[in-house]
Amino acid sequence: MEFAQKETRFAENRLTLLQWGVVAVFLFLASGFWRLQILQSNYYTRLAERNHIKQLPIPAPRGRILDRHARVLVDNSPSFSILAQWGEKKKLQEHLPALAEGLGIDLAELQQQVEKFKRRAPYQPIVIRENAAWRQVAFLESHRSEFPELDLVVAQRRLYPSQGFAAHLLGYVGEVSESDLDLPELALSQPGDLVGKAGIERQYNAVVQGEDGVRRVVVDSRGLDVAVLDEKPPRPGRDLRLTIDEDLQQVAEEGFREEVGAVVALDPRTGEVLALLSRPTFDPNLFTTGISRENWSKLTTDQDNPLLNRSIQAQLAPGSVHKILLGTAALEAGTADANTTYYCPGGAVFYGRYFQCWIKHGHGRVNLHQAIVQSCDVFFYNLGKTLGIERMAEYSVRLGLGQKTGIDLPNEESGTVPSPAWKERVFRQKWYPGETISVSIGQGALTVTPLQLAYSIGGIASEGFFARPHLVFSEEVKAAGRKVAAPAAVRVSLQEETVAMISDALYGVVNEGGTGGRARIPGLDVGGKTGTAQVASVQMVRSAKGATHLRDNGWFVGLAPRRNPEIVVAVLYQGGEHGALAAPLARDIIKTYFDKKKEVQPHLAQTPESNQQATVGPVPADSGG
Amino acid sequence: MGKNISLRDFDWLLLGILLVVATLGIVQIYSATEGTRFAGAHLRQIYWVLMGLALAFFVSLYDYRSLLNYAPWLYLAVLILLVATLVTGAEISGARRWLRIGGINFQISEVTKLAIILLLARFFSGPQEGKLSWADLGKVAVAVGLPAVLIAWQPDLGTALTLVPMVLVMLFVAGLKLRYFALMLLVGMVSLPIAWQHLKPYQKERIGTFLEPEQDPQRAGYQVLQSKIAVGSGQLWGKGTAQGTQTQLRFLPVPHTDFIFAAYAEEHGFFGVLLGLLLYFAAAIRLVQNAQMAPDAAGMFLIAGIAGVWMFQVFVNVGMVVGYLPVTGIPLPLMSYGGSSAMVAFLAVGLVNSVRVRRFVN
Repeated sequence: MEFAQKETRFAENRLTLLQWGVVAVFLFLASGFWRLQILQSNYYTRLAERNHIKQLPIPAPRGRILDRHARVLVDNSPSFSILAQWGEKKKLQEHLPALAEGLGIDLAELQQQVEKFKRRAPYQPIVIRENAAWRQVAFLESHRSEFPELDLVVAQRRLYPSQGFAAHLLGYVGEVSESDLDLPELALSQPGDLVGKAGIERQYNAVVQGEDGVRRVVVDSRGLDVAVLDEKPPRPGRDLRLTIDEDLQQVAEEGFREEVGAVVALDPRTGEVLALLSRPTFDPNLFTTGISRENWSKLTTDQDNPLLNRSIQAQLAPGSVHKILLGTAALEAGTADANTTYYCPGGAVFYGRYFQCWIKHGHGRVNLHQAIVQSCDVFFYNLGKTLGIERMAEYSVRLGLGQKTGIDLPNEESGTVPSPAWKERVFRQKWYPGETISVSIGQGALTVTPLQLAYSIGGIASEGFFARPHLVFSEEVKAAGRKVAAPAAVRVSLQEETVAMISDALYGVVNEGGTGGRARIPGLDVGGKTGTAQVASVQMVRSAKGATHLRDNGWFVGLAPRRNPEIVVAVLYQGGEHGALAAPLARDIIKTYFDKKKEVQPHLAQTPESNQQATVGPVPADSGG
Repeated sequence: MGKNISLRDFDWLLLGILLVVATLGIVQIYSATEGTRFAGAHLRQIYWVLMGLALAFFVSLYDYRSLLNYAPWLYLAVLILLVATLVTGAEISGARRWLRIGGINFQISEVTKLAIILLLARFFSGPQEGKLSWADLGKVAVAVGLPAVLIAWQPDLGTALTLVPMVLVMLFVAGLKLRYFALMLLVGMVSLPIAWQHLKPYQKERIGTFLEPEQDPQRAGYQVLQSKIAVGSGQLWGKGTAQGTQTQLRFLPVPHTDFIFAAYAEEHGFFGVLLGLLLYFAAAIRLVQNAQMAPDAAGMFLIAGIAGVWMFQVFVNVGMVVGYLPVTGIPLPLMSYGGSSAMVAFLAVGLVNSVRVRRFVN
């Protein structure tokens, strides 16, 4: 077939149009790239990064907690955390049943854990398990390819002393709760973070917490790690040195066994807390692994409430220890002096009611010194009556009761200083004059915490210098860039005669055949005051109505030397049969303090870092000479 | 036959442009397959390009007019091969697209385009002289429809569909009145719902995904999304050869074949894309110019058809990469890895030059 040599001019227009069509097509395509690569390039760059960059936290170790001689109280030990990538939630949800089986975790519990991360912190890893058991780690390692969305991260697990040693003061860490995330001081925390939940761990969380680092890992489309992109190293938390002396704490811990109560030892010259314990205790290590429901309910339903820090939270009637405060108040107010005497026949009638003394046959005629040494109730009934409840309350508050001492521990209680105004406000009831008589010997509605008693009596013996109790040296707080809670001390003006008389009386209680004779240490200028109280608090009485276990509380507050003491120890035993143990325990602590002072040079010569125990426990009785 | 023709008249510019495109493709194939099970694909692509070059020169020496004589026979042969593909072809992921001859897999559908172009070039340069009747249109429809149905049957709807615009371009150049195009558009719209009934599930899914990409980000929508991420994150300058995270970490699907331009855009950025698009644009314009210079109508139609196929493939593939068009399995000419596609492209270059070198003859 021959092809005619046709003119192609007929198609000229159409071909020109076709060229314009070509231009249109390429402009159209170029516009697509303009849109994606220029206008929306940041958006797609972010998506690309999210695709292939996985962020793994490098948990910062929390600072250790040390005693005053830099001996380690709370340490860290490495453990594994199991994390899931936020971007792989879908995959994770599908894998949950298999994962629950492999890890040996209840599926519902696992789902609940993942659920917690729904609301907050997009693109942060989901914490599946803190402190994974070796079996769980092994499972994950051997099933890597089945769960590409999961990662194992080495974290530092908190290691607390065993047997609940100093548990209440140290506190514990746990996963930050939803509600805590709203607190300003925890604003930077993410769900799954471990934060201090109680005690020092909570109070100084910001100091010991540190800042987690981040490792950015490149992953491929299957979610498998390809390379480490970069790494921001973690900033470890600061070690925190406490004012606590491990030796004194040890003596207190060993002296207190299964009983219920509390011990506070502090240095009234500075307010440094040397020992602080509450019983019964608990094991803070239970919390670091995520406390099981079973253990938690055991702790919270125990009627002795092991989680209560009795040294700052038990609000109990001080009993006769209050006589020190009332005596001081009466001397200061001028309603009594060295020559004031009352006759004690073993009881007396006030406002139509008979109030008996603790000794039925009476103390006879006694002055203030004798009344304190013998703890004569009738003398103080009279003292209280002449002073009056208004002034008694005023002085109690001035001497540190009815308000928080301001110790650097969370949830301190303030106790109650009753007065007509207080009763009217709280109960809308009139004050009965007879109540004044009860309050005079530290009963009735008057309640204090063990810390308050040590603080108050220490302040009186220190001539009105009330140093705020604290567990962390203010230099340590300042060095960590934190504000020191002000004020460091409160000065209450007390007359010289008052302080002299009261401290002599305290000495007499221990050394002149008084009620505190068991606290005597030959060669040491020890003073103190015993107390026994029937009633805890109005609330406790109400809640314990009909309970047969409600028994007397035994108190002893000891100090040495009697003027400007270096150490004040308040001991509380809840449960009358142990009340007599209070004075000997205070004695052991005071004795250990002075024994250590004598051998302070050889002791400090040891490497301060070593966690070695110095000689502790009951010290030979007559080493004081 | 080759007495008065000279290689000096060969379209060196067009060839140069296409070789640059092929080189960009080879580099990108290397970048996208290094360290994967496709490693070494770039070497095979080099062989094919070299073979293609030889083929182009060889074909250009051959007079297209004698080829047009054989056009009906070629067409018939292609139809038979398409049927053979359907019957004996190697089944790969549910589709029979490859015919195995002498140990080599051929994609007959690629050659089909050229056979149809030849057939139509011969037909349009016939006696009707720019005035097409309804009967002519019907003949064209049957001529294109038969192989289109056979290809769609494989199933390879994308390739089947490329036949349609190719024919439309030729009809356009042949001077078909614009109202006829309007009518065809109408018929197409009406027949769409009927065609939908006969689509395979994955085809429906692809189109559904195109209309609503967010609906299923895990499957078909995933490809589109990852392609857009690759392109967008390339920004102005790109991430560098073999540095594209979407490409290298396998987020981008088939980065060496259908989505090669996304991989290219990621690693070379907007400027790289402009260069690439300009090359394709220049090639297309150059093709149309060659059509304008053709010594006869048949040659002009031949080149116009080739230009149509070229433009449409670039349009559909790159449009898919930027998310403008649904996902189809249409490769990007000369960049996507694939022997059949490369060979056919160079075969077309040969045909174009076969016309070109004879423009002063006679």
